[in-house]
Amino acid sequence: MLQTLIPLFVDALANAALIFFVAVGLTLVFSVLRILNVAHGSLYSIGAYVAASVGLWIVAAGLPAWLTFPALVLSAAFTALLFGPVIERTLIRWTYGKSEAVQVLVTFGLFLILEDLQRMVFGVQSIYADTPMALLGISEIGGIVYLNYQLALIGLAVAVLIGLRLFIRRSRTGKLLAAVVADREVSQAMGIDTNKMFMIAFTLGVLLAALGGAMATPTTGVAPGLGADTMVLAFAVAAIGGLGQVEGAAVASVIVAVAKVLAIYYAPALDAVAPYLVMLAVLLVRPYGLFGAGATRRI
Amino acid sequence: MRALPLILAAGLALLALAPLAAPYLQFVLTVAVAKGFAALGVALLLRAGLISLGHAMFFAVGAYAAAFLAQAVGINDFLLLLPFAVAVSALAGLLVGAFLVRYRAIFFAMLNLAVSMVAYALASKLYSITGGTDGLRIDVPTLMGMSLEKAQFDQALYYISLVLLAVVGWLVHRYLKSPLGQALAAVHTNEVRLEYLGVSAWSTLLAAYTISAALAGIGGAIAAVAIGHVLPEYAFWTESGHLVLTAVLGGIAGIAGPFVGSIFLELIHTVAVGYAAEAWNLIVGVALLAVIFFLPRGLFGLIESAAGVKDHRGETEL
Amino acid sequence: MTALLKAENLEVAFGGVKAADGVNLSIDEGEFVAIIGPNGSGKTTFLNLCTGYVRPVSGEVWLDGKPITAMAPRRIARKGIARAFQIPQLFTEHTVIENVMLALAAHRGIWQAFAPLDRPDYRAEAMALLDLLKLADHANAMAGALPEGLRKLADVTVAMALKPRLLLLDEPTSGVSALERFPLMDTLMTAMRAQGVTALFVEHDMEIVETYADRVVVWDSGSVMAEGKPSEVMKDPRVLKSVVGA
Repeated sequence: MLQTLIPLFVDALANAALIFFVAVGLTLVFSVLRILNVAHGSLYSIGAYVAASVGLWIVAAGLPAWLTFPALVLSAAFTALLFGPVIERTLIRWTYGKSEAVQVLVTFGLFLILEDLQRMVFGVQSIYADTPMALLGISEIGGIVYLNYQLALIGLAVAVLIGLRLFIRRSRTGKLLAAVVADREVSQAMGIDTNKMFMIAFTLGVLLAALGGAMATPTTGVAPGLGADTMVLAFAVAAIGGLGQVEGAAVASVIVAVAKVLAIYYAPALDAVAPYLVMLAVLLVRPYGLFGAGATRRI
Repeated sequence: MRALPLILAAGLALLALAPLAAPYLQFVLTVAVAKGFAALGVALLLRAGLISLGHAMFFAVGAYAAAFLAQAVGINDFLLLLPFAVAVSALAGLLVGAFLVRYRAIFFAMLNLAVSMVAYALASKLYSITGGTDGLRIDVPTLMGMSLEKAQFDQALYYISLVLLAVVGWLVHRYLKSPLGQALAAVHTNEVRLEYLGVSAWSTLLAAYTISAALAGIGGAIAAVAIGHVLPEYAFWTESGHLVLTAVLGGIAGIAGPFVGSIFLELIHTVAVGYAAEAWNLIVGVALLAVIFFLPRGLFGLIESAAGVKDHRGETEL
Repeated sequence: MTALLKAENLEVAFGGVKAADGVNLSIDEGEFVAIIGPNGSGKTTFLNLCTGYVRPVSGEVWLDGKPITAMAPRRIARKGIARAFQIPQLFTEHTVIENVMLALAAHRGIWQAFAPLDRPDYRAEAMALLDLLKLADHANAMAGALPEGLRKLADVTVAMALKPRLLLLDEPTSGVSALERFPLMDTLMTAMRAQGVTALFVEHDMEIVETYADRVVVWDSGSVMAEGKPSEVMKDPRVLKSVVGA
């Protein structure tokens, strides 16, 4: 029993790590900009495509294989810098102060555009670039075999969570971001350049999405439709944790990943439904998510 | 102001005549009208300021209900399939809505999305009922007991759809002008005042949600028999996104808007498939952004301006 | 005779601050009662408690001898308590007369899905009310586009369209220029007498209170400090200290 369950749970945690990267990006953007970016999943898949293409190129060009590791992170950074500021400056900025319906629709339009752009640039074939995973190999502990890459993913997710916490609590930019989240109007009145903060937060969100995509390529590869699938999963995780809650996203991604594993184990027909059932169950009891708090209206 | 009913009547007449001039348009327009019903349902909720990212599920429920009755039960007459599909989707709307209309803004959007993804996943997995990822096929139904050739049935279906468009459109128009329909927009502008009038926002919204699900069900049933094949993809969240897009593209203020949006999109699609099939989403995405930026009242807003309508009181802005 | 409205030992706290600390108050049919008191003394909270917007921790509210404590606002509204707000609450994308007609429809039952809201009998009745409150000239203006003073009147008209037994008015003259206050109150009083409405109003302006209230209730730190005829209560040194700050 344990022999089969432990690898499953490591698998689940590695999955949780990948979901966490996208979901925390989504939730971060929401907390600062108060916008739910429906195109967030596309930035995940673009990050994946860029990373996979670069990885394949490194191998094909005969460059040292270890370069594929920094290439994953650099691909994500490249994607973030290429798309983050431009999208925020143009489309997203226009929707500030508009209704949710407009914000959802504008980002849905962006999603449609990005989906086709990906198809045009990267084609419709699935791409696998598993050099990083092959390089790291496996290790055997207590008779159970682990993929080292999966362990590394879990480690990276924990590092990102801690890093984000430190960034928001300690760094100057992070504190300014936190101030904008706490009270946008007061921050503005105090002279914080909120526009700059929005751009930073959005780009950071894209970076996290692209990082998730890049880190996913060695294990799952990338194919058309990945963006749409990832989007709903990230929605579900962010909503379970409470929109705008960084720790919430971390806890929720573990819950969702474990729910998926349990579903695979006990009710295989339900594995795809599991995240949404968890989301429904949580939101019906706590509409603002596990870590979220709602606002009351004064009259 | 008087010009508008004339334009609407002319538009309907044009739709009725279009297949005579270009027979291949009949199928395209049937599907467009079907999706238009679902988009109208989405538009109703948008009037209350609620954006549903899951309404394709009711379209799918209508389509599956029709397919199930026709194939599994063996009752395959369109005049029975349609009311059955509408009843099932309205019931689904009532049940789902009872939970969801408590929520607002982004939470409403996301919960609809979650429920629709559950529906999507179930449609893909429950092989014995839904045929899994293969979906369900529907043979050409009879019409009031008459067996028709496929071509004859398709023609009849098209004109039935147009009659439905006129009749149901008029009913929804009456509903929107009624106290219950006006209360819908009032939920959006001031829910506190509405409750203090003794009106339950919950039941006002639940009525609208059920009606919108029934409208999507009409569309689903028409699409199911027109296409002859029902798939889980009908319920995927991007389809729901397309319904919202269709409604906004056409304009959510009137009844005609969502249909104008749907027909416009399907026609452009037919043209674009030949030239730029890979760029279809791109084109639609850019069109959506252009409408949101430059035509907040949608395409139908253009028609209204041409007809000299200037009175936009009591309408919900996005 | 049972009081129209009776509140007994109402208690509620927000984050440690007692907004209602054992409130006892009763209002008889036909009375016109003013509530005064310093900011933060719990006057609006009392209106919120009476209309179900806030639930008390303990205590009871009765309307006509029947308990209405902690009922939802819409149920209390249907039982005959209507409310006008300090910040007017209107359907800003409807016209003024549509706001009133919606209230009339709500009073008769909102479940009418095929008859239009804008029908002759509703329009005539709404127009008569607007006439009474001197808003007839603005009937077709968008509610959101009215100036503040008129929005307050429209808010009261909407509340009166519910044909309430008791009307709660939260600072009807705030945000209205000093010159317009008395004419506004005259209009309100005339309208309320014509409709036979009992009213409870929160007010800051002592002159208004003395001119229009049958009885005044003085609030302090979440409870009733004094009550009685305006002329007598105003002589109470404690009241002068707390309210006028003298």
